[in-house]
Amino acid sequence: MTERYELNKNLAQMLKGGVIMDVVNAKEAEIAQKAGAVAVMALERVPSDIRKMGGVARMSDPKMIREIQSAVSIPVMAKVRIGHFVEAQILESLSIDYIDESEVLTPADEDFHIDKHAFKVPFVCGAKNLGEALRRIGEGASMIRTKGEAGTGNVVEAVRHMRTVTSEMRKVQGASKQELMTVAKEFGAPYDLVVYVHEHGKLPVINFAAGGIATPADAALMMQLGCDGVFVGSGIFKSSDPEKRAHAIVKATTYFNDPAVIAEVSEELGTAMDSIDVRELSGNSLLASRGW
Amino acid sequence: MKRIGVLGLQGAVQEHLDMLGRVENVEPVLVKYKSDIEYIDGLIVPGGESTAIGGLLADFELTGPLKVRIESGMPVWGTCAGMIILAKNIANDERRYLEAMDIEVMRNAYGRQLDSFTTSVDLPGLSAGKIPLVFVRAPYVVSVAPQVEILLKLDEHIVACRQGHMLATSFHPELTADLSFHRYFAGMIK
Repeated sequence: MTERYELNKNLAQMLKGGVIMDVVNAKEAEIAQKAGAVAVMALERVPSDIRKMGGVARMSDPKMIREIQSAVSIPVMAKVRIGHFVEAQILESLSIDYIDESEVLTPADEDFHIDKHAFKVPFVCGAKNLGEALRRIGEGASMIRTKGEAGTGNVVEAVRHMRTVTSEMRKVQGASKQELMTVAKEFGAPYDLVVYVHEHGKLPVINFAAGGIATPADAALMMQLGCDGVFVGSGIFKSSDPEKRAHAIVKATTYFNDPAVIAEVSEELGTAMDSIDVRELSGNSLLASRGW
Repeated sequence: MKRIGVLGLQGAVQEHLDMLGRVENVEPVLVKYKSDIEYIDGLIVPGGESTAIGGLLADFELTGPLKVRIESGMPVWGTCAGMIILAKNIANDERRYLEAMDIEVMRNAYGRQLDSFTTSVDLPGLSAGKIPLVFVRAPYVVSVAPQVEILLKLDEHIVACRQGHMLATSFHPELTADLSFHRYFAGMIK
């Protein structure tokens, strides 16, 4: 455990209880910060537009990222394609605060994720289950998020992924010490991290919700399911009143256990983003199936 | 028992509650509502994002009641973003929050995440041995009024100071196992 890795986990701890918002330019970044975002994710197109446009989705233009960095004082994150370590090198050279090795972009490597220990800058990665979360942590991720199904405005996959991680953690906790190697084999997870979960009953890094969160109630749902905070991608700037919705989701994330507050902030938000029933998606349009 | 609150809007809240739970004669209290503010003997404003915490303070009308209690002498301690929330002046930001301490701070003073660092220092009077210090996108204090006592400087920058019943640190004792600063703050509560 290096000092740098500890510091990177520490930054993630500072984001807890907060909302990280996707933004495509400096103006949106300012709106996000004003609404109370704890960080912004700088990208050229939000996931719902990536879905519509198709083709290969790549790391964003460094100039756009720099503009966003100078527009806000909160941390700035950006995405790289799964396995594309040169895109990660570029973002590190921009002094980005967090890199998201993301299934929302088109994977550059279908077998190998980035060796994140080779970087000083921190990484967040998506996971559908405990094994996947622990593999990413084993590679050096200092923060985990659910994959959900980005760009759909449908929270069902994020719920599935969070519930899966939680129930698998209970299984690991309930196993006897001598069963842990077999558990590690079943989950395809590093043994030492399985032992950590067995002993502590939680992941060694913080875990955010992502993928399909569109309303204050969605954010509070994910918090009540045990997430440490939420990412909102297309949900804010693809809605009819981004400023108001952003503000409402921030409040609902803080007061996630208070239905009266969530009811109040949910009033007159206008229309949510265009949504997709995940069951109508198949094959390559299911982003969560990218990476392993 | 001293009831020490941790402002629970965003950030490293649980970490502070866990540390307080290990200090003798202290009952940690999560503070999220106006009604919580009346029942605490002291308050920690944790690290997180000052813009997010400050916005929520205003949205949920906590700013006023907190200012009243701090002005009437309730001990308060801000770590990192909490230092920004307590400061009367911020060198590189127009926003102001609780405006309690006569200090001017610089936010993100060390730079971006790549510039975050850890170190350790001797702080006689606070701890017998070296204390680990964790700086995460940290602020530091640029200048202080005469009534503010400087507790620690690091490379010429003020990173810990105290003004009577108010304490501010650029770093995060709650991210280490060292209880020195939490004990020190508990000692500020009569």
